[in-house]
Parts: sequence; C-alpha cells; structure tokens
Amino acid sequence: MQIPVSEIHEIIDREADDEGSIISALEKVQQHYRYLPKEALILASQRLGVPLSQAYAVATFYNAFSLKPKGKYCLQICMGTACHVRGSPQLLDQMETKFNIKAGETTPDHLFTLETVNCLGACALGPIVVVNDEYSGQMTVQKSDALMKRLIRKEGLD
Amino acid sequence: MASIHTAQELDTWRESLAAKVNPDLPLITVCGGTGCRVYGSEQVWTAFQDELTNQKADARLNYDVKVTGCHGFCEKGPLVVIRPQGIMYTNVKVSDVAEIVGETIAKNKVIERLLYVDPQTNEEIKCEQDVPFYKHQHRLILGLNGLLDPTRIEEYISQGGFDSLKKVLTSLSPDDVIEEMKKSGLRGRGGAGFPTGFKWELCRQQPGDVKYVICNADEGDPGAYMDRSIMEGNPHLVLEGMIIGAYAMGAKQGYVYIRNEYPLAVKHLRLAISQAEDVGLLGENILDSGFDFTVKIKLGSGAFVCGEETALIASIEGQIGEPRPRPPYPAEFGLWGKPTNINNVKSWASVPIIIDKGSDWYASIGTETSKGTVIFSVVGNINNTGLVEVPIGISLRELIFDIGGGIPNGKSFKAAQIGGPSGGCIPAEHLDIPIDYESLQSLGAIMGSGGLVVADEDTCMVDFAAYFMRFTQEESCGKCVPCRVGTKAMLETLERICAGDGRPGDVDYLIELGEEIKRSSLCGLGQTAPNPVLSTIRYFRDEYEAHIVDKTCPAKVCKGLITYSVIEENCTGCMVCLRNCPEGAIQGKKKEVHVIDAAICTRCGMCMSVCKFDAILVE
Repeated sequence: MQIPVSEIHEIIDREADDEGSIISALEKVQQHYRYLPKEALILASQRLGVPLSQAYAVATFYNAFSLKPKGKYCLQICMGTACHVRGSPQLLDQMETKFNIKAGETTPDHLFTLETVNCLGACALGPIVVVNDEYSGQMTVQKSDALMKRLIRKEGLD
Repeated sequence: MASIHTAQELDTWRESLAAKVNPDLPLITVCGGTGCRVYGSEQVWTAFQDELTNQKADARLNYDVKVTGCHGFCEKGPLVVIRPQGIMYTNVKVSDVAEIVGETIAKNKVIERLLYVDPQTNEEIKCEQDVPFYKHQHRLILGLNGLLDPTRIEEYISQGGFDSLKKVLTSLSPDDVIEEMKKSGLRGRGGAGFPTGFKWELCRQQPGDVKYVICNADEGDPGAYMDRSIMEGNPHLVLEGMIIGAYAMGAKQGYVYIRNEYPLAVKHLRLAISQAEDVGLLGENILDSGFDFTVKIKLGSGAFVCGEETALIASIEGQIGEPRPRPPYPAEFGLWGKPTNINNVKSWASVPIIIDKGSDWYASIGTETSKGTVIFSVVGNINNTGLVEVPIGISLRELIFDIGGGIPNGKSFKAAQIGGPSGGCIPAEHLDIPIDYESLQSLGAIMGSGGLVVADEDTCMVDFAAYFMRFTQEESCGKCVPCRVGTKAMLETLERICAGDGRPGDVDYLIELGEEIKRSSLCGLGQTAPNPVLSTIRYFRDEYEAHIVDKTCPAKVCKGLITYSVIEENCTGCMVCLRNCPEGAIQGKKKEVHVIDAAICTRCGMCMSVCKFDAILVE
C-alpha cells in the first residue's frame, strides 16, 4: 500500500503540541492505518526531533502498535481473568486451529488477524470476542464457530 | 453554558439548574456502561426517546429519559431504573419499551416479568435499593453513577458537584486541605495503600514553582474495571478531586494517563475537561481564587507496567515505559524532573467526598487502619458479576454470597483471587476474614486495585497460577534480570507441570525462585509477580502434587493430563459431536456409539459442549 506523505504530515501536525508527543502521534497513525507504516515512523521521528531508534523502541514496546498491516477482520479474544475462568483459552485454541495462525498473526490472504487483549473490562459478558470493534459476549465454542463461519461465508471462501 | 468566575456564580448557576427540574416528572435512567451497551442499552434509550416523541400529546405519558454511567449490576443489563419510585427493570429489550411507558409510567403499574428475581428466595424485587446486590453496599464514589448523564457538567453541578472545590478555594488553605486528607485516613486505592495525605504533604514540601499531578487511569489488572466505570459514569468527580489536590500541592498542570482500550471513558473524560474549561472551573483564576490549573489526557498504549508510577512518567515523556529505581520518589523527582504526585482514579474521586462530608465522617467508615470504602469488580464464576462498593472490613463471605449471589450452576466456591497478577488467592477456609489491607496481606493476597475473581471447583489452581504468570511474563518490561528471566523460568516450570511433565522438587523450586524474584526485582511488577503462584502453592499444594506425582488434573482442565471419551450407555449416535469436531477426531455411524480418537483429539471441549445426552467423559 502506498502511503501519502502529506496525510502523515497532517496526522503528526495535529499531535505535535507538546513534549512527549511521539506516542500520541504514533497512536493517531496507528488508528488511521491500523498499523505503523515504515514511512510514518521515519517521518514522525524527523518531525518530532526524536531519534529513529527511540521511535522504533516505542513502536515495539507498546502492545497497541503494530508494524505489520492487519487483516480485514481483526478478531480479538479477551484474555482477562474473568474470561479465562469462563473458557477463553478454548476459544483461542479453536480460532488458531480454524485459521491456522497463532495469536498476533494475520492469514496470508490478509483477511483475518487474530489477537488477544488483556481485559476489556466487560467481565459480565465473558468470554468476549471482538470483531472490528463489535462485541460478542458470553461466547461458547459453538457461538464462536458460527461467528467464524459467518465471516468466512461473507468473504465467499466457504 | 454558563460562565463561572466566582463562588457566588457557581451557587447561582446550581440554583437555576435545580429550579428547572420538575420533581413530578418521572425519570427513566438507562445504564450506559460498556457492559449494558454491548447488551443493547443504546437502542433501548433511543426507543424511549421515540416513544416520547410519539406520545407527546398525552401528559400522562410524559417523562424524562437519560443514559447514565454504569449502575454496576452488569450481569443483568441492560438496566433501566424508573424514578422517583426506584423501580428497577433488568435485561430490558427494545420490545419492552412501549409496555414500560404504557404501564409503569402512565398507570404506575409494575411489570413483574422485568423485575429482578432473587435466585435464593425466588422473590421478585421491585426497587433497586432492595436488591441484595445493592442493599449491602455503601456506594460513596459510585453513588451518582446511576443518576447522572456524564456528558453534561450541569447534571454534576446540580447534584452538588464542585461544591467541595468551592469550599476549598474559598475557605481552606493548602495546608488545611492536606491536614483534612491526613485525618480522613484515605490510603491510595491503586493497590499499595500509602496514606494519600502524607504523599500530598511530601509533594507540597518540595521546592520549586512547577509541579504536576497525575491521575493513574491505566487500569491494567485483568478483571478490574471500576476505574473505567467511574470515568465513564462520573468523570467530573475525578476532575474535581484533581483540582483540589493540585491546589493543595501547588501544581498548575495535571495529566490523566488512561488506557486506550477504554474508548468511552476517554470520550467522557475529554468532554468533562472541555466543559470544565468552558465554564471556567479549569483554566486561569478558578473561582476568582488566583489559582490556575489545566488537565491534559495522555493515552496509554497497552503496557501493564505503565501502571507503575515511574514507568507511567516515562511514558508521558514519550519514552518506553520502563520503571526506574526509587528513591528519588516522584514527589521529589517526577515528570520532566519536577515534583509530581500520582494517585489512582478512586483516590482522586474520594477527595471531593472527604472535603464535602468531612474527614471525621469519612474516617468513621472502615476499620482501625483502613478507612472509607473500597470498590471491587466481582467477576468470574459468580452469579452477580458487577461493581461493588463496600466499607473496608466487610467479610469476604458477605461480598461473595450476600452481594455476589454465590456461585452459579450449583458449583462450590474454591477460591477468590484478589489483586490480580500482583495478588493472591483466598481459599474457602478464610471466607470470614475482614477485607482490609492488613488481613489480606497476612493471607498472602493484597487489596490491589480491587479485582476480585471468583474461582469455582472447576478451576485448576495450577492453570490459574500459570495464567497470571503468563500475563506478568509477557508484560515484564525486561529491564531487570530477576523479573525478565525469573518470571520466564517460573512460567516454563508451571507450563511443564500443566503439560504433565512435572518433576519432584518443582514446587520447592517455584517457591525459592519466587521469593528471590520478589526480593530482587526493580519495580512493583516483579516484586509481586510470584504472588499468585506462591499463594496457590500455600493453599493448594495438593493440586500441584497431583499434577506432578499422580499426573492428574483434579479440576480436569490441563490438556496434557486429560482425555475425552464417549460414555457408551449415554451415546445415542446422533452424530452432533462428530459433525462439530473441528479436528475430525470422532468416528461413528448414525445410531451407533461414537469413538474419540485420542491421538487426533486436541481436547478443545467442543464435543462436550454440543452433546445433549451427557455422553462425553473427561478424565
């Protein structure tokens, strides 16, 4: 994907108001592209006067950043304690098997990214699976199977 | 919106807001916490609004409706409360709305099917305050959550909001405020429990004109979500606390460091800040006192270690969130090297309440050494998942059984894990201990930030300990060796035990290593990381031994130690498990007993969850 430089400049302009803004700037870039393109990392470091090594350190230290593009569907499984005791590890196993990827990876066709998150704070609904910001609560292996099948069918892969 | 320059103007505005409220008009509050939103509470709210537009002509059907913050009883969402009667409806759907308006609003008739039914007595309960979940609570901080529209500062002000700030700025010196905080006995609610007033005093005593106050809203403990709820439901309360604290310590700039996994809380907090700025309660010369203060939001980017104060400061400065040795403490050398005070959301939210009601009143709640109320998010294998605010010192039994409604599906209580990845578990034999800082510590747990996860008999304590160790190991920043290497070694040992490859001596090794990591780690993360393991060993050593010596998992959780098979007598040959097995590990013909091939089976549990005849056995 070609990233327009002017667009990155605009995003950084909005955040470059005070010290320490490299993280906020990268957060905005991440929000926009759902990952940090290499160009953006370099530009942000130049624009904000932060060494590229520090920008890279920040980008790889925090969980919210990704250096790789994400799939069309981002499936997040909550691994909070409440979800854990209610069976989220089985859901993760199931999805890893189904898509043949590990958590944190994206399918080769760039359709599905599988992620785990540390507690979304909606524990009454556990276990929770979030697909592109849409929450599904009180999941079971059956419900999650149906969810995956629905997505796969939607993409005409079935 | 009004513009408030003086204390007098604040009072006048409050009075004018109160005068606009029609006390005879029924008020419908719809819970807008994250949990209830997932259940569809926004649609319920829209339906109430539509209903109002449709029925305008009929005065009997008139009412006011608003979305409030989290009511706390997340298990039963979407929650709707109708005032002034206080009638609480649970699991409300859009299709119920017309009936609620037609029956309850117009005729004052209660719709029984929407009432909460006490599972212990089978009794329908009409009013919110009579539901056992609420009845035993003491909701100081969460009190206004279910009443206010958090997106409107007017609502907070009409309920007495910013009155404590007015009192402070018009009649108390910074030293008076600190004295009041010290007398209240409030201890930091972030987990460590350091007395807040003393921390403030230390920061105030530092030389220099530039100081900072920070609200730590990086609620990373998995299973705890009360900070989010407070910021979503009553963000102005937190801001008011911060303004008062900044005045007492002499800070002009504040930061709220908040998780970006909490979009709604961020949104409400942003709104609250901009509204406070617009009316003049943040900015220059607040209430004509000569005191200036502004607040900025900094988003956390998903690193648990940033809840540690020095790591949090590094993160605000744009660095990776690595902690540094203390001393110097942030009170002397904090953000950008300036004196800085960091308090948790709940601590800041307690401040206006203490100023309003007085330190003596506040200190009368709680125990000898732990004052006030504490908020727990009670989650896991429990009937009433939700946020619970209780006086410190209440017993664990009351919390889990009277308020939490006990364990679902007739299972028995095994342990309560308090304090998350830094905490420990409390087994059934200690259910009657009072929950306070000292008692919990003596049992190997901690108050922590208030996450309380209930584990039932089906929870494997070794797996549970491995879960927390995996969490801290992943979140260890890697700066110091004991935490970086030590947690990894502990996790590998635990995973080996769970996989059925445990060796004699493993438990003693875990204890020795755990104690060493606690002693030698740089920050709180490493210093507490072994706690979940050490406390499960303390109370459930037999379970560890069963894994290691007998190669069995008593709770039938650990995959390396269990097998699935078909109970011949129960199997009807319906083929449901066969069709659903993702591995194709089940063989059999229609109306004939099926067989699971253990070599292919990945123990995912799918067959068990789809079987309608209890024909799957786990051993």
